[in-house]
Amino acid sequence: MSRTPKSLKDLPLTILSRPMTGSAGETGFWRTFRPVIDLSKCTGCLLCWIFCPEGCIERGEEDIPEVNYKYCKGCGVCANECRVDAIRIEREV
Amino acid sequence: MSQMIIDTGNHIAGYACRAARAEVIAAYPITPQSSIVEQIAEFVEKGEMDAKYIRVESEHSAMAACIGAAAGGARTFTATCSHGLALMHEMLHWASAARLPIVMAVANRAMGPGWNIWADFSDSLSQRDTGWIQFYCADNQEIFDTIIQAYKLCEDKRVMMPAMVCHEGLILSHTSMPVEIPDQKDIDDFLPPYDPPWILDVDKPVTHGSLIYPEWYMEFRYFMYEAMENAKRLIPEIDKEYGRKFGREYGGHMERYRCKDADLLLLSMGTIGSEAKIAVDRLRNRGFKVGAARVRVFRPFPKEEIRSLAEKPRMLAVIDRHVSYGMEGPLFIEVKASVYGKEDAPLMAGFIAGLGGRDVTFLDIEKIARKSLKYLETGRVAKEVEWIGLRR
Repeated sequence: MSRTPKSLKDLPLTILSRPMTGSAGETGFWRTFRPVIDLSKCTGCLLCWIFCPEGCIERGEEDIPEVNYKYCKGCGVCANECRVDAIRIEREV
Repeated sequence: MSQMIIDTGNHIAGYACRAARAEVIAAYPITPQSSIVEQIAEFVEKGEMDAKYIRVESEHSAMAACIGAAAGGARTFTATCSHGLALMHEMLHWASAARLPIVMAVANRAMGPGWNIWADFSDSLSQRDTGWIQFYCADNQEIFDTIIQAYKLCEDKRVMMPAMVCHEGLILSHTSMPVEIPDQKDIDDFLPPYDPPWILDVDKPVTHGSLIYPEWYMEFRYFMYEAMENAKRLIPEIDKEYGRKFGREYGGHMERYRCKDADLLLLSMGTIGSEAKIAVDRLRNRGFKVGAARVRVFRPFPKEEIRSLAEKPRMLAVIDRHVSYGMEGPLFIEVKASVYGKEDAPLMAGFIAGLGGRDVTFLDIEKIARKSLKYLETGRVAKEVEWIGLRR
């Protein structure tokens, strides 16, 4: 579904989705923990960008990684992979 | 030109798959189904079918492969029974909820343990709520005709649901009978190529069955409910159309035999239904007003037809080749539910017979009829559920 359906008539016969950012809605609110990147430590190696299972690390200017908190579910894989401990995991409040 | 051949129920199912021009067949062997997929493998190998035959490592994978192929827009076929069907269970839900019109032959066989390869409806009736249309056949010709009808029904845009076409293992699967195979051109006229409403296409990608929140899940299940109601309406129409074209029809949901003035009706499914006709004739010869109705479609269940069938007779005797443990025979349960609330409802009794391939002969059915006539005479059903032929 490309748009939020309003009624039965807007629905396909079965559950079909087309690939797009957030085809199942935003998932950031699922998060219990959030990754926070300490840019003073980050070397820009992009391991976090490679390993993020949801593609929620974005490559900013000069390859500085940024977390997309709209969709990041807070799995912590990025923090685990970071070789220089530049990613902290903080509890969501 | 149509052709008359003599072959087993299983081979005939293979002939039907060829006649329907199935394009992808994924299958795993299991007794007594194996000769269906062997026959198809032979057709594919000889180049008599333009189809992809996928050998898989289990029935779960067979259905998964059919789901993928059907989502890719192919007409798909498989066959299984018993434990193989049970192993498919998860994927059965998948196929129906993804609205894929897969057709599958089931050579009904008892569930183990104890290990038993003979006829019993416990395999397919256990799959009642998977969203599959369920047909039950009484002879080899009906297997052929029903598979062709099933594709027509399943691929109708108002339905888009999968179907299993069931026939009793060994009784039909391994018994040879004469069967008319219609001219291929006539079948092609009746059953045009599958026109899928959506397909998996790398250029226009879609995902089937992704996450769905409680806000919308129910709506998709309602669509499936509606589709089954549509199927219920279409089954007699398609059967009639088939009859006009090929000269054979099966009474839509139900085959009725000498029902019109009957005081007692014997209800059953599959080959017990054809055996019941012999019992009916014998009892009629002795002046008993008995008729037989054979339910061909268990899902969608022909509730309304059963209700109108129950208008005249004063007693319904329901014979089940399966038992729902903790309740009764599944057909008996449905028949009673269909008649619920009817004024002057007939008396009803359930009989469990023929489990694990035990023969149900016309003599057994006569016994059932005589018991039921006695209930009718006294106006009271002394035993609501009775096991026939049980050793004491």
